[in-house]
Amino acid sequence: MIRKTRLHLVQNEGLLFEESSPGKKAYQLPDLDVPAVDPAAALDGQAREEIEGFPEVSEVEAIRHFTRLSTYNFAIDLGMYPLGSCTMKYNPRVNEAVARTEGLAWAHPYAPVEHIQGCLEVIHRLEANLAEITGMDAVTLQPAAGAHGEWTGIMLVRALLESRGNPRKKILVPDSAHGTNPATAAMCGYSVANIPSNAKGMVDVAALAAAVDEDTAAMMVTNPNTLGVFEEQIHEVARLLHAKGALLYMDGANMNALVGLSRPGDFGVDVMHLNLHKTFSTPHGGGGPGAGPVAVKRHLEPFLPSPRVVRRDGRFEVEENQPLSIGKVRAFHGNFGVLVRALAYIMAHGGPGLRRATADAILNANYIRTHLAGYYELHTEAPSMHECVFSDDKQSPKGVRTGDIAKRLIDYGFHPYTVSFPLIVHGALMIEPTETESKQELDLFIDAMKSIAREVEEDPQLVKSAPHRTRTPRVDEVLAARKPVLRWRP
Amino acid sequence: MLASLGLSSTAELYAHLPGEALLERDLAIEPGWSEYEIVDWFRARGEANTRFAASFLGAGVYAHYRPVLVDTVVSRGEFLTSYTPYQAEIAQGTLTTIFEFQTMVCQLTGMDVANASMYDGSTAVPEAALMAMRITGREHVLVARSVHPEYRQVLATNARNQEMTVDEFGYDPETGLAGLAGLEAKLSAKTAAVIIQSPNFFGCVEQVKSLAELAHKHGALLVVCFAEAVSLGLVKPPSEADIVCGELQSFAISPSFGGPFAGVMACKEKYLRQMPGRLVGQTVDANGNRAFCLTLSTREQHIRREKATSNICTNQALVALMATVFMTVYGKEGLRELALQNLSKARYLGGKLRRRFTGAYFNELVASPASGTVAEANAKLAARGILGGLDLERFYPELRGNMLLCATEMNKREQMDIVAEVMGA
Repeated sequence: MIRKTRLHLVQNEGLLFEESSPGKKAYQLPDLDVPAVDPAAALDGQAREEIEGFPEVSEVEAIRHFTRLSTYNFAIDLGMYPLGSCTMKYNPRVNEAVARTEGLAWAHPYAPVEHIQGCLEVIHRLEANLAEITGMDAVTLQPAAGAHGEWTGIMLVRALLESRGNPRKKILVPDSAHGTNPATAAMCGYSVANIPSNAKGMVDVAALAAAVDEDTAAMMVTNPNTLGVFEEQIHEVARLLHAKGALLYMDGANMNALVGLSRPGDFGVDVMHLNLHKTFSTPHGGGGPGAGPVAVKRHLEPFLPSPRVVRRDGRFEVEENQPLSIGKVRAFHGNFGVLVRALAYIMAHGGPGLRRATADAILNANYIRTHLAGYYELHTEAPSMHECVFSDDKQSPKGVRTGDIAKRLIDYGFHPYTVSFPLIVHGALMIEPTETESKQELDLFIDAMKSIAREVEEDPQLVKSAPHRTRTPRVDEVLAARKPVLRWRP
Repeated sequence: MLASLGLSSTAELYAHLPGEALLERDLAIEPGWSEYEIVDWFRARGEANTRFAASFLGAGVYAHYRPVLVDTVVSRGEFLTSYTPYQAEIAQGTLTTIFEFQTMVCQLTGMDVANASMYDGSTAVPEAALMAMRITGREHVLVARSVHPEYRQVLATNARNQEMTVDEFGYDPETGLAGLAGLEAKLSAKTAAVIIQSPNFFGCVEQVKSLAELAHKHGALLVVCFAEAVSLGLVKPPSEADIVCGELQSFAISPSFGGPFAGVMACKEKYLRQMPGRLVGQTVDANGNRAFCLTLSTREQHIRREKATSNICTNQALVALMATVFMTVYGKEGLRELALQNLSKARYLGGKLRRRFTGAYFNELVASPASGTVAEANAKLAARGILGGLDLERFYPELRGNMLLCATEMNKREQMDIVAEVMGA
């Protein structure tokens, strides 16, 4: 039975360009207090005609347009969003408020250093907090997202190895890795060698021992891995790599399982990135902005991107002069507004609170795992950390696949879990509830998943044709790719 | 909950972790603060920055008025707290706004297609360079020294481990525009792309058409980047370019000490398959109604892995939405009027100063104080509550004694008069 949702009225809304009519406007500008110039003359013949097709709507039309569109979205604010490896936790609103603090939101990165001490302190403090959380020695906050952090991290690896005389040729990546890992390795000029997982879903250490050699620059490991399983042999993985002069890179996508419990710096990681928009609750915003700080051990610190923020005699300074630095990875100081939000999150929790949040995230994932184990095929018996992975093996004989179950879950008022990932699990259902879901919401989710399992037995077509209760039924993605229409035209 | 799992403590949930990986203590971070303490701490940090009554500092980060509607829209939880719109049935809000964003970027830039956003202007430039290399099969990139210095630095970092070589060409010391002769001397059959910025770092509007002709004559692509998006309200779009990339910070995105901003990537239709990043396309739903979804993802990392066009995944969706709302609020007439105000104010200011370059400029200009150093002039301005210009010596030693000043709709005539007085023109 569907308990969580019922249907309600939704407004239709066209595109801005279709709603426009000439002369409508939603802006006011002050009267110009200097003489208006003639653009054609002032711009040396480079003035443009009007912007063809640009919107012309009134203020009330503008707000209705975006408000109506917003109601077509599912969001954390509406319910549980159990996307595995995405850590869709509640986004505290105090973080939004402090990011809009006037003195911070209007600060200019090129203002002389004595005028930006507040911003530099934010950066300095967050770097110190993230170093403590990861057990690493130094942090750069400049990368704009996780993938950008990965790229920065592998650039650091390459720079260190080059300084030792040989950048080496390949990066090892487990077959359970996120797609960004191999893409990053390629962008840094490395070839990619896949390392298989063993039956427990962990890195096959024997296969690694056979693969690692003097051409290996690094291995990129996600820990817990994308099955939500802690790599119990991580010390051995690090030892094997280090013995050959290679480095251990950790993808911190799943750091929500470790904060306060276990520190990558203590289990042999040389360099890693964090996703502040996952672990540290900055809002995902429909696909960004994120921030992907990179934390390193001492031997990689000289290569960190410039500039660095340093404290001297109680005063913060911007240090540009780093002869070994890989250079700039992004203009200015990274996604500062995201950094402010993450620091506020850390302050609200404090050390003990961060650890409790992690424990709650693990508890919630295991609660789901235990209560769904009889209904969906658990992929591995290895203990789950912050997420659990099932397969659709029990449902596929009825012709129902993980993607269908995900779509049916929408009818029950939940965002789908992560579908068909990791790739090593055939028909994967990857579920990450995060710590911010209550037992009540988890129980509703579990009921929904059980109910869908029953529907698969009794009426598989109902599940295969879901969703049935959304404003928009299934969307033809094949048509979109076959005949791309990527912009509106009159 | 624990009981239903047959456990008596949460510690049992992670007892399987190897002992040497377990942290035996609390993190050395102060116990949690209340909401008030957090707000108060950040307020104090804001006050530790100097608040100026007016700013003439631009250089890639501009002070423009942010219409109230922008925060009203992006504060809606449905936009703020949703994920990347992979589940199209429950993400039509985000998908529709991205489709509108892509359309408006095309209308502004004169390109055929645009993606859903890049991180920012500085990272969009190397992505455009890599795209041009894939299209031309060439590896040499020529970038104008009048492109934002930090964009060029990010390009240089990208070139370190790619098969990309980067060379720079200068600017005309009189006009401040990209130097055609210097460019022509360096163009060759190996050149994949010529990268320019317009308005360039000195505020001058480049002659895109002649630069395009020169690049195309050698089989290279022309990449035009922009840092001041408001200029597109009045300046001819760079339609002769093959790829346009840039920064939308000017469109209602707070300076915020340099980020988060929103980068743009747009190109001619024929280069679509080489474009990095997410794209939203139009399609139909099962009822035959118009709907939108992410598309052409076979270019992207989660499908193609090491063969992807880029590793970009998370982009700047919510910030791009800010820009979308901004473009909607100002619209066809408003963006033009806003640009005209910027142009007129800069001309008023420029008319009172000793300008370094003669090229036509939009809302930024290079000038020198009649006496004393740039730092001294800026200190005098700061004493009167005004944030002065960028000391250009930092990036261009040969421009020692000059500063880059910006005037926007937020600068009042009296403030510009003070700048003129301090600069002693």
